[in-house]
Amino acid sequence: MTRMLHDHIAALLEKEMREDGRKPLEYRKPVKVEYDISPKSAEGSARVTIGDTIVVAGIKVEVGEPFPDTPSEGNIMVNVELTPLSNPEFELGPPGIEAIELARVVDRALREGSALDTKRLCMKEGEKVWTIIIDLYPINDAGNLFDACSLAAVAALKSAVFPTYDKKTEKIDYQKKTKTPLPLKNLPLEVTVIKINNKFILDPTTEEWKALDARLTTGFLENGTLCAMQKGGPHALTSEDISNMIDIAAEQVAKLRKVL
Amino acid sequence: MKRSDGRAPDELRKMEAKTGVIKRADGSAMFRIGETIAYAAVHGPRELHPKFLQNPEKGLLRCNYNMMAFSGSGERVRPSPNRRSREISLVTEKALEPVLDLTAYPNAVIDIFIELLQTDAGTRCAGICAAAMALADAGIPMKDLVSALSIGYLKNEIILDINGEEDMNEGATDIAFACLPRTGEITLLQIDGEIKKEILLKGLEKAKEAARKIADIQRKALKERYHDKNVA
Repeated sequence: MTRMLHDHIAALLEKEMREDGRKPLEYRKPVKVEYDISPKSAEGSARVTIGDTIVVAGIKVEVGEPFPDTPSEGNIMVNVELTPLSNPEFELGPPGIEAIELARVVDRALREGSALDTKRLCMKEGEKVWTIIIDLYPINDAGNLFDACSLAAVAALKSAVFPTYDKKTEKIDYQKKTKTPLPLKNLPLEVTVIKINNKFILDPTTEEWKALDARLTTGFLENGTLCAMQKGGPHALTSEDISNMIDIAAEQVAKLRKVL
Repeated sequence: MKRSDGRAPDELRKMEAKTGVIKRADGSAMFRIGETIAYAAVHGPRELHPKFLQNPEKGLLRCNYNMMAFSGSGERVRPSPNRRSREISLVTEKALEPVLDLTAYPNAVIDIFIELLQTDAGTRCAGICAAAMALADAGIPMKDLVSALSIGYLKNEIILDINGEEDMNEGATDIAFACLPRTGEITLLQIDGEIKKEILLKGLEKAKEAARKIADIQRKALKERYHDKNVA
């Protein structure tokens, strides 16, 4: 089945065509970011729409202990739940490998691209730091969850504020949010390029994602520096492929930044 | 008595409803009441797995209620199901099952997934309202809609659709209620707290009246969707 799907999509791409009428490197429309979609509950939140794909991100800010190797830095955590709501093929249960990879790829860009100034999340060295938890939920999975999750995570970070913290009782009052935004340093954003046969495409549909030979997700800082990468899929890539895929992703990431 | 948000005792919070919000689902809906926002998706009827659960006489209705990790009023909610969410999933099934004819789907399952995006009390009721709309949106024959709301009993007064602040009141009685809006038959009833029988019965009548208002909003959202389809 997947073989037939692959050959069908590859044959279309030979003619520079795709199932939904797009060109190979054309993103779906609209690409939309809505901020503060859960303002009462979350410290930061956003909903991202890419064509029919919808992902929501929410941020909770907690107080925790630092890791022993970074005693003066706050923590960041990214979690993805592939909700059966968003896709009839997803099943209930703890995150599977698909969700784990996705969460770690989104996490990698934020962490290695220093999205947050983690030193400013330190409350008391070695004892107490702010922990920023980003939870991502697809609402409708029509493909390209990687780019949608990366965009949603960055958007939610942009909208997030600290809750009130009482130093005496050492408790957070989640009902009272401050106006202090999180200490953002960079906005690392990822774009995934798909390879099917010898063709590259952007923003895959669910079917194109299933049929891919290889994929490359690249995270970029605002100045174009790379900060994270993940190669996936069953086939190998040449250096030339990677060079081309980075260029394609860089161009697209600049476009995505405009909707943030 | 003035309520904390200025509402009259039997006044519901502002509602918003939409259907067809999740394209990959067979049916879907969003239902918002006040600050509580629920999404629901229906997949099916589809073949039931594992096979030993299949029943040749009757299909299965399976619901899953979940609060998104960031949707609570305090700390992050752990994503794995807990005793509370599992019980809510169960009562949600029972709230919806009476309007369906499951004998029409031998060996099959109708799956309903409910996700709360933001919560301010009344989450199971909002989930049921969204789920009923999603079932209708999926084209599954239903005897009636199901409309749900909470009833509060606070300081000797019945109030409808309590919000989170009212829910926190010491000594408040909280009742989760769902009914078939046309007949008033009750499909969900959970009471947390003290109440006299006469007062309860009075409260149920008020809730039935309010459920009809909710049903109007659910119905309107369903009609809008099909109106749009005709245009397209």
